[in-house]
Amino acid sequence: MNLEIARLRLPLAAFVLELDAVLQSRVTGLFGASGAGKTSLLETIAGLRRPTAGHISLDGMVLTDVGEGIFLPPEARGIGFVPQDGALFTHLDVRGNLSFSQRVRTHPARTAPTFEHVVEVLNLGPLVARRIGSLSGGEKQRVAFGRALLAAPQLLLLDEPLASLEVELRDQIISYLRRIRDEFKIPMLLVSHNADEMVALCDEVLVLETGRCIRRGPAAELFRPSPRPHHVLAKPVERAPFA
Amino acid sequence: MSPDAWQVTWFTAWVAVTSTLCILPPGLALAWLLARRNWPGKSIVETLVALPLVIPPVATGLILLKLFGRHGFIGRWLEETLGVEVVFTWKAVVLATAVMSFPLLVRTARVAFENVNPRVEHVARTLGAGPWRVFWTITLPLARSGVIAGAVLAFARALGEFGATVMVAGFIPGKTETLSLSIYHLVQLGRDGEALGLLAVSVALAFGAVWFSERMLRKAVA
Repeated sequence: MNLEIARLRLPLAAFVLELDAVLQSRVTGLFGASGAGKTSLLETIAGLRRPTAGHISLDGMVLTDVGEGIFLPPEARGIGFVPQDGALFTHLDVRGNLSFSQRVRTHPARTAPTFEHVVEVLNLGPLVARRIGSLSGGEKQRVAFGRALLAAPQLLLLDEPLASLEVELRDQIISYLRRIRDEFKIPMLLVSHNADEMVALCDEVLVLETGRCIRRGPAAELFRPSPRPHHVLAKPVERAPFA
Repeated sequence: MSPDAWQVTWFTAWVAVTSTLCILPPGLALAWLLARRNWPGKSIVETLVALPLVIPPVATGLILLKLFGRHGFIGRWLEETLGVEVVFTWKAVVLATAVMSFPLLVRTARVAFENVNPRVEHVARTLGAGPWRVFWTITLPLARSGVIAGAVLAFARALGEFGATVMVAGFIPGKTETLSLSIYHLVQLGRDGEALGLLAVSVALAFGAVWFSERMLRKAVA
């Protein structure tokens, strides 16, 4: 994957999101406190928000270029987006949700994984005929992943996929996310404010604070294991000033 | 019921259904625009749409008469280009009931559209659906209870319309005679018994419509 974000500017309520980055990892984490601009960045990449300046391209395809007046609508981007609550379609059953993209797609998709393959990897078999209202939090999250995968995305954006889940469920969902990563080879951009998730899933992490990337590096280096149950953000190494 | 009473009941129901069907497409489009988009003049359009709810129906009828009459701005154009005459025909009855029930449909449908989580629509876009498809496959199905409730309220309002109808369509037996006009006319003639019969029909129709609408709204909230 090669996601290029250049001179991006997106004014938000309290600050301006500004970013310049080339992302090439399998799983990239966007880490930061609530309100740091992480979700807004995902929405901008998905084409759900228009930046006021900048350029975004994915594997050579220009998605947004404010200067050139290019703005590909979300349905033409081939980018999957799974918001925090999954945002499942409650008027459809699980099967209707999973097959939604196959029914509505107007733009040619890349080769999609088969329905059966996705159902098997995410263990959705027993859920297919169920109503959305009868699913647990973890089940909803898996259906949301499956629905996004079946649209054959070139990139999967996941907004706090574990935030609304109980702690015991998190490990289970993390292992499903690993399976998605390994089985379907779809690069992912993962938003979280939990360091453990970053370490468990991400190759590289960008730390955002009030709309800017303040640090960037491999997850294992950025987050040092701490004696407490949670990882802490490692302090940047103080460099001796030149004499 | 006398054959006349049947005819009046049938005509009234037919007018209410026709006017509701006529206002559905523009009403839903406007409700969606009010719920989901910001545009210049939005508040003025919002106020204009609500106006028939608050000004006397007779005044609304007079405005329609002036606009659609033979010398009216729209009426003259319709007659000259299409050869269509509106006032004092069944078309005027449909017009009056449509204008009077339009706000009820728009306001109810607007709330229904506003209650659909935009995030769900966003996700549908990322799954490959264009804006039009999102409306038909996501927004409208999720708002359907509220939309149906709005349509039924509009239908019920159309059943009982009096003031605007009498201004723009007059009272022409067998031609523009609705239940409410008929009841008024019968009372004027002192035929209270027949009027009470029609009253019972009106109440039954309106009760059924509002009951159905309330049921739908409760479903929408649940």
